[in-house]
Amino acid sequence: MPPFSRAKASAFAVIGAIVLLLVGAFAWAAGWIGPRRINGGDVTAALEYNTGKPEHGYRRAHSKGICFSGSFAGNGAGSALSTASAFKSGRYPVIGRFSLAGGNPLAGDGRNVFHSMALILKTPDGQEWRLAMDHTPIFPVADVASFIALQRATKPDPKTGKPDPAVMKPFLAAHPEVKAFQAFMMKAVLPNSFANATYYSINAFRFTDAGGTTRIVRWQFEPEAPLVGLDKKHLEAMPRDALFNEIIARTAKGPSRWHLKLLVANPGDVTDKATVAWTGPHRTIDAGTLTIDAVQPEETGACRDMNFDPTILPPGIAVSDDPLLAARSKAYSSSFTRRAIEGSHSSAVGEDLAKEHAR
Amino acid sequence: MNRRSPDFHPALRLIHWLMVALVFTMLFVGVGMVSTAGPAYVSLLALHRPIGIAILALVLVRLPLRLATGAPPLPDDLPTMQKRIAWGSHVLLYLTLFAMPLIGWGMLSAGGYPVQVTKGFTLPPILPHDLRLYAVLREAHTVIALLFFALILAHLAAALMHGLIRRDGVFRSMTTGHRRVPATTSEHDHSEDTVRPLA
Repeated sequence: MPPFSRAKASAFAVIGAIVLLLVGAFAWAAGWIGPRRINGGDVTAALEYNTGKPEHGYRRAHSKGICFSGSFAGNGAGSALSTASAFKSGRYPVIGRFSLAGGNPLAGDGRNVFHSMALILKTPDGQEWRLAMDHTPIFPVADVASFIALQRATKPDPKTGKPDPAVMKPFLAAHPEVKAFQAFMMKAVLPNSFANATYYSINAFRFTDAGGTTRIVRWQFEPEAPLVGLDKKHLEAMPRDALFNEIIARTAKGPSRWHLKLLVANPGDVTDKATVAWTGPHRTIDAGTLTIDAVQPEETGACRDMNFDPTILPPGIAVSDDPLLAARSKAYSSSFTRRAIEGSHSSAVGEDLAKEHAR
Repeated sequence: MNRRSPDFHPALRLIHWLMVALVFTMLFVGVGMVSTAGPAYVSLLALHRPIGIAILALVLVRLPLRLATGAPPLPDDLPTMQKRIAWGSHVLLYLTLFAMPLIGWGMLSAGGYPVQVTKGFTLPPILPHDLRLYAVLREAHTVIALLFFALILAHLAAALMHGLIRRDGVFRSMTTGHRRVPATTSEHDHSEDTVRPLA
């Protein structure tokens, strides 16, 4: 018998082929071969490009923030739409974070950008609901590829502080939704406090009630404090941390409150594009009151080391068909892992407090 | 318990192949969900956690069963070094089957995430909320997963070498098992070589 027979050779070939096939399939699943995929790292890289550099240790978006704590009092009415425990009558602890859009943790507050509120709401039965919201009912883009393109196009030119028109013009021509958003932001009132802004869910979500009926819902937290706008002509004159100092001073005097309004989609409402507002009358349920009674700098608050991933939802609430939700979840996770590796650094508010302390 | 049996216990074989399906699914789901920010990310993540916990539960049953029922002896003509490598690789496979779900669970705990296995089933944290710990475990989860896939490929290639080239009954000990033959047969089982004439 020859030491290396034809049968043995073909057996080796079969084994080699099986291993190679598995390696190939694995490489395809991982996106190492085949069509290029957009992953979370692409989003964080685009945000870092827009900021000018990676701000190590900070969130890659909404880097400037302050922690808060309080409670949500459910009134039971939301149970008509969802089995989530947060909608049952009762008071549940909340932590959260106010922030301004952008990747620079020390940027000035006088910018016509998103004012944002993020929340983590826990109920005693172990359910957890994470929310990340902006003060506008619409978002500039509807999908992750456009979001990356937006970050690249709007990178401020160091000389002018404004996006390069040569890049911006063709981008806006290709993205009428961004143009519409910019027009909206030009006209919209820019709240002069974190406490008097309405915060919107950005995306639609799928609510399921006790009977198993599923409805598409957007929500908004409407403030009890009356909305007053900033003077948009003189934003640059504002002190760096004006909005943050305002919420610290305001909260020292007393709590701020919001009502959680759940809006049920009408037939024909766009549910998979955050760029499209729902207009006209909607079935609306006031599900309860959010009370924020304490704020803390990120150094001592509970919000810094949290990922406010809007796809962390209790039973009774699920993601909708809006593709932006998965992209947000992935991008937040990528940013979270990066800053976890880098280690955290001081916040603007924390620096202010340290300076005050030194005086 | 019969350590002289040429096969793994039938229950072990069943769990082995069940875990083959789960672990392969898990590795492909894992690298797939990391690769995309598309809607598949959310669906794959929702699969990843329950499968991970299922693997942990299965290996918790499997290891005691394996220790209790033993493994069939490797062929006498196998070089000692190869036997040692075989033993070491099996220890590593078992270790990883325990480690990966536990690292995943620990990583979510350290990241301050709820360990939501399914929509209605959340596990308690097993580590304190600590971002540095999260960073280390998150990195380890990826590195060990890739090494695990390589180890599984080596395990598979070795098993196929036994089944297709050496034909020494080792492959059969984890698949169909050996035909029951009278106790007078030689110590060595060559049933995979050829169809033997009736002994």
